[in-house]
Amino acid sequence: MDQDLKTELSKHGIFATSFEELYNWGRKNSVWPLTFGLACCAIEMIATTMARYDLARFGAEVFRPSPRQADLMIVSGTVTKKMAPQVVRLYNQMPEPKYVIAMGACAISGGPFRDGYNVLKGIDRYIPVDVHIPGCPPRPEALIHAFMTLQEKIGGQHLTGESRPRHLQRELPSEFPVPEFGEHGLEPAQNDEVFRNPLKVLQG
Amino acid sequence: MGKSFPIATVEHPWATIVVLLAAAIVFGLIPLSLAWLWARLYSPAKPGMQKNATYECGLEAKGEAWVQLNVSYYLYAIVFLIFDVEAVFLLPFAAAFSGLSMAACLAMLVFLLLLVEGLVWACQKGVLTWA
Repeated sequence: MDQDLKTELSKHGIFATSFEELYNWGRKNSVWPLTFGLACCAIEMIATTMARYDLARFGAEVFRPSPRQADLMIVSGTVTKKMAPQVVRLYNQMPEPKYVIAMGACAISGGPFRDGYNVLKGIDRYIPVDVHIPGCPPRPEALIHAFMTLQEKIGGQHLTGESRPRHLQRELPSEFPVPEFGEHGLEPAQNDEVFRNPLKVLQG
Repeated sequence: MGKSFPIATVEHPWATIVVLLAAAIVFGLIPLSLAWLWARLYSPAKPGMQKNATYECGLEAKGEAWVQLNVSYYLYAIVFLIFDVEAVFLLPFAAAFSGLSMAACLAMLVFLLLLVEGLVWACQKGVLTWA
């Protein structure tokens, strides 16, 4: 439906919507995150849910302790190589549609611990990340911003057609391979189907 | 002037309950069937080995589900029976004491005797001594 027509109709007190919009509206206002903190960013995440920042305004205060009931994984903190398989497994256990926010420098790239032998250089090596938040740690406002960005993304997803999201396409996987401990860290070092190597992206 | 024939409404006393029950079942089935229909039309189910795993904290389940507990926990089981389960039975016993028949009273006293026996036994084992 044409946006102008919709605006015109709403001026006359007629509310017009589509199935897709209704579906996305419901989804984006009831995103339940997983109770899952990895490091100091988790403290900021907890602060975000509390009264001062009040994530409940966005319908996301219900942190679920079981991945089976969660829609959103907030990777809040340093992902060590010891923890990475567990993170991927938890993501695999979440039902579709599922989203990931990589919170803070560590979760997006390894951050200040990037050169550590035991630190994963970003969780996007193994699972698809929807929103990255820079910062060390990001303030609660930044997490809220990421949340709103995610809501925008959910709102723009199509129910039908080629560009519909993964959870609506039968052939796309819902589970991602879990890395295993090898002789020199995790094997494989990244999931090439998910990870977009920034160096290669820059080189074209 | 003709006779008036009122329409006979033979209402069973439980008719309201039946109607309510039917409404409750339909009320529950509507969202379930809508969800089923939605999944059929748009959102395909994607089960998987890890998604269907029993354990849901990110770790892989190890070993058998038939875990054997150490036999030495029998002491805790006995003491739990004496101090917890007995108390649960004692309260209604005390409340209904004046109205109890002789047989019921005897049955309760036998039960108490068995547990007191257990207490004496546990006492002799030294379970009730701390430090």
